[in-house]
Amino acid sequence: MTPFRSLSRAMLLGFLRDRSSLFFTILFPLMFLVLFGAIFTNQGLAKAKIIQVGPVAILDQAPGLGEILEITKQNDLAAAQEQVRQGDFVAVVRQQGDRYQLFYTAADQVRAGTVRGVFGQLVGQANAAGVPQRFTLAAEQVEDKSLKAIQYITPGLLSWAISMGATFGAAMTLVTWRQKKILRRLRLAPVSTATVVSARVGASVGIALVQTAIFLGVASLPMFGLQLSDYWWMCVPVVVAGTLVFMAIGMVAGGLAKTSEAAAGIANLIVLPMAFLSGTFFPLDSAPGWLQSLSNIFPMKHLNEGMLDVMVRGQGPASILPELGIILGFGLVIGLIAVFLFRWDDV
Amino acid sequence: MGQTIIVQDLQKRYGDVHAVDGVSFSVEEGEFFGILGPNGAGKTTTLEIIEGLRQADAGTVEVLGMSPWPRNPRLLPRIGVQLQASSFFERLTAREQIRTFASLYGIPAKKADDMLTVVGMADKAGTPAEKLSGGQAQRLSIACALVHDPEVLFLDEPSASLDPQARRNLWDLLRSINDAGRTVVLTTHYLDEAESLCDRVAIMDHGKILELGPPATLVRGLDSATHISLATGTLSLPAAREVAGPDASVTDDGVTVTIATRAPAPVLTELADRNLLTGIQVRGATLEDVFLHLTGREYRA
Ligand SMILES: Nc1ncnc2c1ncn2[C@@H]1O[C@H](COP(=O)(O)OP(=O)(O)OP(=O)(O)O)[C@@H](O)[C@H]1O
Ligand SMILES: [Mg+2]
Repeated sequence: MTPFRSLSRAMLLGFLRDRSSLFFTILFPLMFLVLFGAIFTNQGLAKAKIIQVGPVAILDQAPGLGEILEITKQNDLAAAQEQVRQGDFVAVVRQQGDRYQLFYTAADQVRAGTVRGVFGQLVGQANAAGVPQRFTLAAEQVEDKSLKAIQYITPGLLSWAISMGATFGAAMTLVTWRQKKILRRLRLAPVSTATVVSARVGASVGIALVQTAIFLGVASLPMFGLQLSDYWWMCVPVVVAGTLVFMAIGMVAGGLAKTSEAAAGIANLIVLPMAFLSGTFFPLDSAPGWLQSLSNIFPMKHLNEGMLDVMVRGQGPASILPELGIILGFGLVIGLIAVFLFRWDDV
Repeated sequence: MGQTIIVQDLQKRYGDVHAVDGVSFSVEEGEFFGILGPNGAGKTTTLEIIEGLRQADAGTVEVLGMSPWPRNPRLLPRIGVQLQASSFFERLTAREQIRTFASLYGIPAKKADDMLTVVGMADKAGTPAEKLSGGQAQRLSIACALVHDPEVLFLDEPSASLDPQARRNLWDLLRSINDAGRTVVLTTHYLDEAESLCDRVAIMDHGKILELGPPATLVRGLDSATHISLATGTLSLPAAREVAGPDASVTDDGVTVTIATRAPAPVLTELADRNLLTGIQVRGATLEDVFLHLTGREYRA
């Protein structure tokens, strides 16, 4: 066996034989998926109730809207607006010539977003008759806004699970191998640092792909009903890139920490807040604007976006290249910091 | 024969502790070299500087004509190291451990398995490293150091925590490796081990080499007494004094009567005449005495 293969094997066996790391990497995120899936199953299906004032051509012509919208017809705009303000309805719509007006509530941002998305699409469709490209664009938009909960939760939780797995895998290996003097022993063997690191990368990528397979498998069960888009397999490069970044983060944590407890603490401190702020648990749509822009400095945000794009938003393979580039850029910078912090032993 | 290891004026400080303080020696090709000394003498530090695991503050080291620091990938396949603290991959069995190490040197699994048998660990091959006893772990660690058949072998207290039988087996193994032309450097607390194995020993204390030479020469140069002991009661104390003569000292600790003399021959003749040779023990000076002589204190392992 080559050194690369035997070291990856040693790491994988060490991982598979450790019940707690198996639990935290595979089962724990899956528990979240089941939990969130159950909590949000109904919410995702609940229709947005809107009021239509007067005739609205795009609504009257579009079939199948009943899946998303529950439309009530009224004549008095002011009264309808008041009902929206009261929270009984999400939005009021009316048509004045070529102009569609949508008055929506700020209280239920998620459903208001859905309605906005639907109308954006409908108007786009109406405008773009005979211009296929624009039509496609608008369709994507509405896909996004009308995501069922599981469609949003799966890529998010998967991003989080992969980030956790990669960060902890790298941090723990580094610290325990240093503590248990395996790194010093490896230092005495004619094996390059690059081989040791790439063996760990190989092991982590393998684990991440297994995580992905299990996650998508469970989420696609009828009880959760995940619908993957055509290009979902493009999540593989995204998963690999995400694994690389978070391994680099783990290496930084492992480089800073002397004990495995400290490494776990540092890794948690980095990954958990990042998960919340990157919108992996809850959409950031309703978060303040500054938070939404802030979230862009987190690699997990881009990982999450990339996953959403290819897995459920149905974007084509090329569309994730920018996110992929950003993620790998993060990986490079953090990786360099990790190299700088690397220590063979505590002496 | 060439010099396999040349160490010159090595210095290493940890804060106030002068762990290695001006150590110089060289080891010839095919030599069995020992570093002997009590806890904290600086043996491990010296050895790890030579192996390239630590950087010396000052001084030079050459192993097989190369500098071990910074990490030298051309040197590494030619040396084998057993560290004082065993270092194993987590949750791998003994067989998986040694096969993994073997693969790092391009050694096939078959040879790794053979090496387990050589150190008497074949029946423990399937046991995870965490569940090995101290002595078993030690043997596995030695096997891992030997698996790629290195030209120079460094062993840091290889016989620590081995039972007497395993210790003898290890000695036989090390002798055969040395006989095959390999250079061996070991550290030990055990004077008998150094005496029995090493061509030359360096006696170290407080970071300095106090004495260096073949064990027999060190002992001979000591001009110390031979100890003749008999069971208490076989010979009364006055009678013992009479046998021993005026220059010798006689002690009785209640179990044995010990006569320490620089002229053992007449004493032994006299004892033979009295038909008292049964159960008698004669012990010449040992490295223990050398240590006592050099440091003025008892050797505490
Ligand atoms: N990493 C370190 N940091 C600080 N001090 C150290 C370090 N390593 C060794 N020392 C000190 O250097 C001295 C020599 O230690 P060393 O380990 O070389 O002794 P040794 O002869 O191998 O002892 P032993 O027989 O117990 O193995 C000791 O006083 C020890 O406390
Ligand atoms: Mg030591």
